[in-house]
Amino acid sequence: MSARCDIKVSVNGELHEACVEPRLLLADFLREHLNLTGTHIGCEHGVCGACTVFLDGDSVRSCLCLAVQADGAEVETVESFGRTENLNPLQEKFREHHALQCGFCTPGMLVTCTDLLKKYPLASDDEIRDGLSGNICRCTGYENIIRAMRAAVRERDEANR
Amino acid sequence: MKPSAFEYLAAASVDEAIAVLAAHGGEAKIIAGGQSLVPMLNFRLLAPTILVDINKVPGLDHITPDGDGLCIGALTRHHALETSDLVRERFPVLCEAMTHVAHLAIRNRGTIGGSLCHADPAAELPMMALLLDATIVTADSDGAREIPAKDFFDGALSTVLEEDELVTEVRIPALPANCGWGFEEVSQRAGDFAMAAAAATVSLSNGAAVQVRLALMGVGDTPMRMRGIETQLSGAPLTAETIEAAAASVVDAVDPMSDLHASSDYRRHLAQVLTKRVLSDAWQRAGGTAQ
Repeated sequence: MSARCDIKVSVNGELHEACVEPRLLLADFLREHLNLTGTHIGCEHGVCGACTVFLDGDSVRSCLCLAVQADGAEVETVESFGRTENLNPLQEKFREHHALQCGFCTPGMLVTCTDLLKKYPLASDDEIRDGLSGNICRCTGYENIIRAMRAAVRERDEANR
Repeated sequence: MKPSAFEYLAAASVDEAIAVLAAHGGEAKIIAGGQSLVPMLNFRLLAPTILVDINKVPGLDHITPDGDGLCIGALTRHHALETSDLVRERFPVLCEAMTHVAHLAIRNRGTIGGSLCHADPAAELPMMALLLDATIVTADSDGAREIPAKDFFDGALSTVLEEDELVTEVRIPALPANCGWGFEEVSQRAGDFAMAAAAATVSLSNGAAVQVRLALMGVGDTPMRMRGIETQLSGAPLTAETIEAAAASVVDAVDPMSDLHASSDYRRHLAQVLTKRVLSDAWQRAGGTAQ
């Protein structure tokens, strides 16, 4: 029990040690302490999806997780995805289908889509829409995001055939 | 917003968590998945002096057979329940209900103990515990107790738990033989809190419906079992007429709140429509013939 806690967190494969206040949100730890500003903060109460990251392999809202709770865990953020000159296959689909306008929701969309592709058949557009219902795009560019996801699902299914 | 300051302890055991709860007399809060608690901290609706994290307490994250029923640890995540083969085999209605819980990122993190303790009147798990006659097992300074789900919820966001009491597991007794189920929910968007939902189980015996169970949520301060209607339907085949009569009784039995999302009248209408659908689905899944 203490006012500040020592934590060790692996973020995108790199181990970080820090001493943080218990009230520090994981999202703020990533952005303010590690300068990983790819993770965006929208609503700070779990409804917009912009801050979604991987925690031990599962997508979670980093605004609903304390940094101290990530002690000993592995976190992956959008920075672990491909770079501009070397996009990963999902990012490539987003580019092809113009699945982003302002880009604010994109990090959360990419993490959510990656987890959905791992865990669900996504056989119909309705299923894709349901899966993405927790990620808000205020440009309302949903149709193109769904097109990108449909293409990613097709590629996944062909690879698994 | 950001939470106000608090101390933090990652408990190593149930006993340690309970000791901290007891020492702080209502100023301490348990955090498990945090999917309901952290929004309240961020809004500063809650400002505990200490959070007791139970995520690293061993022995609370499991789905194990309990006779023909199941014993589910309090730290079990919603997504684990949604995708468990054991749950799908024994309580398919629970898997179906879990798909309606919020969004994947919330289901990955949120726990069943947390959802039960938070007792949101529009959350799926409290209604399912009530429908399935679950027993909620808790531990406190005095030992352990078993609380039937029907006695657990005593108001919106309120349970009978004492300040130093921790939910450790949930036990669900086996469904009767030849049991069918139905689950229906209406929300503004997929994953939003339900405006209303209904769930039913019906068993078929010699062509008649027996052990009918019907639960509703979103239409009162707590989830509700419609015991009068259950009795009314048991002992005869379910027909369009008896289901219609049951739905009409629901209209009289509930007195929902109006809020930003739905009026009282609309919720009452939903309760009626969803009751018909879940009874009909449960009857047909049990092998009852459409009448």
